[in-house]
Amino acid sequence: MSKFLLRSVLTAGLLAASPAVVLADDLGRPATAEEIAAWDIDVRPDGMGLPPGQGSVEDGETIFSERCAACHGDFAEGVDRWPVLSGGFETLRSDRPVKTIGSYWPYLSTVWDYVNRAMPFGDAQSMTPDEVYAVTAFLLYANDLVDDEFVLSQENFTDVRLPNENGFIEDSRPDTPSLADGAPCMSNCKTDVTVTMRARVLDVTPDHEED
Amino acid sequence: MSQNDSKSVAVPSRRRFLTGAAALGAGAVVGGTAARASNPENLPPNIPDWSRYLGDGVDARPYGMPSEYEAHVVRRSVPWLTADPVSSVNFTPLHELDGIITPNGLAFERHHGGIAEIDPADHRLIIHGLVEKDLIFTVDEIKRFPRTNRVYFLECAANSGMEWRGAQLNGCQFTHGMIHNVMYTGVMLKDVLAHCGLKPNAKWLLPEGADASAMTRSIPMEKALDDCMIAWKMNGEALRPEQGYPMRLVVPGWEGNMWIKWLRRIEVGDMPWHHREETSKYTDLLANGKARRFTWQMDCKSVITNPSPQAPLTAKGRNVITGLAWSGRGTIQRVDVSMDGGANWQTARLDGPSFDKSAHRFYVDFDWDGRELLLQSRAIDSTGYVQPTKNQLRAVRGENSIYHNNGIQTWLVRSNGEAENVEVSS
Repeated sequence: MSKFLLRSVLTAGLLAASPAVVLADDLGRPATAEEIAAWDIDVRPDGMGLPPGQGSVEDGETIFSERCAACHGDFAEGVDRWPVLSGGFETLRSDRPVKTIGSYWPYLSTVWDYVNRAMPFGDAQSMTPDEVYAVTAFLLYANDLVDDEFVLSQENFTDVRLPNENGFIEDSRPDTPSLADGAPCMSNCKTDVTVTMRARVLDVTPDHEED
Repeated sequence: MSQNDSKSVAVPSRRRFLTGAAALGAGAVVGGTAARASNPENLPPNIPDWSRYLGDGVDARPYGMPSEYEAHVVRRSVPWLTADPVSSVNFTPLHELDGIITPNGLAFERHHGGIAEIDPADHRLIIHGLVEKDLIFTVDEIKRFPRTNRVYFLECAANSGMEWRGAQLNGCQFTHGMIHNVMYTGVMLKDVLAHCGLKPNAKWLLPEGADASAMTRSIPMEKALDDCMIAWKMNGEALRPEQGYPMRLVVPGWEGNMWIKWLRRIEVGDMPWHHREETSKYTDLLANGKARRFTWQMDCKSVITNPSPQAPLTAKGRNVITGLAWSGRGTIQRVDVSMDGGANWQTARLDGPSFDKSAHRFYVDFDWDGRELLLQSRAIDSTGYVQPTKNQLRAVRGENSIYHNNGIQTWLVRSNGEAENVEVSS
């Protein structure tokens, strides 16, 4: 074997045995504080993320009627199929639950965060912090959770608790039998099979364009 | 069928069906879903035009589209479901597909502020919070992490949600079409997070979209470090705008709402954020008034896609029953099919690749003598989870859950081949 060939074989063997190549650590650059602050709009139940500011029920009612009521109604009762934001108390166990901020949402921070990030629909992130505080205060009022003199601020925000905060439980699935509970029946599993419900009775399936 | 009955049938394929039923009655065999009348001039012994004259050249279709005879194969919406099409959903035409891959143009859409149209040159991803380095990435920089290719289903947690109170929509496109199954090309989220350096108290992520809803969901770190991806291709080509172009999060086996599209930011924190889509929405109200939250995993589920209300049987004799099965817990180990509403079952033939948290295709080849059928499928996944009946789910949860309805679907196939969404006695 020539020296050249021997060297090639050795090199090949070394390469095959060597650990993964260490690659450059050059992906991404440090994000500036300004860049992060501009995009970091999220708010948590403990108040993390809330900016300084405040807003009254009174101001909130004005803003809501101008920018929100077209879809959500003057008292946040909802228009057409747009979300109902108020009322619905004592409906969660009924066959037509009305899940509103007052009846269902666990945390007020969710309201502030969502209004700030996504509302008004079609003009997101256009309201000032004070306006978002005011709209949030009005939504509390619309749910009979504060009086009409109430002013919501960064300071008193976490003092406000929503009625259904303790209405949530952790996921307890699987909640139906598995193979461990016995092999599923394969034959003669039922004696009498009858049709109990039919989609055609409701007739809510969209028609084809040509129909 | 009386005239009144036929009027009440609002199935999309009614005209085609009636043609097929008439042909069935005459003992003739009608081809497939497209039971269009044949033109004898194109059949042997004649020579059709396409065999005589030249067709389009290679420049006619720079981006190829399906045949004009497949124009009916489209995503469709249910207008009464939502207040506005900008924050709405449409449905994958499952009854027109086969195999396990959903074509990109047919993958169902769900967005909350319309489709963001983003120039990748103007897109950035910021990762910040409980990391050693707050970093901002271009799309090209994300693509320089080690790449991987994975096939996963994405199912909306509200898929079949309209069926909690009973059979409602006539067609598997509408009852089960909030699912698609594609191959993603991307990078492992854990590699990108490791590059930023996770602090010891980093327990949760908040990914956020760049669209007008600025969609957010809290994701536990354990999942992020397991199999989540940042993807920019689906089925080999760029993500479609409606699927999050230029990049989206992939959260295998977990509800579709968490797969943040147009991914622009990931904040790392020490507790969940409890944002709107994980409190007001995507929580499962039980009969006792309590609601389950953080119900991320998609349970094992299956549906017969053919025959189904939009795809009636069109011939007696040899036929193929087919459908899809999937599980957010792993692979599908078995699918059973019943033709008599759950009294007797036979095990279907699984065919095609079996990937973790991906759709699986099943078939039952059978001879149909024209008798009425009550078709059901029941999937069992690799963990031994058995797809429950709808009544089993109702017994545990009530009818107000909206989400996570993975109950067994029943199609009534009448002797004329027409199918209807029904429920049967337990």
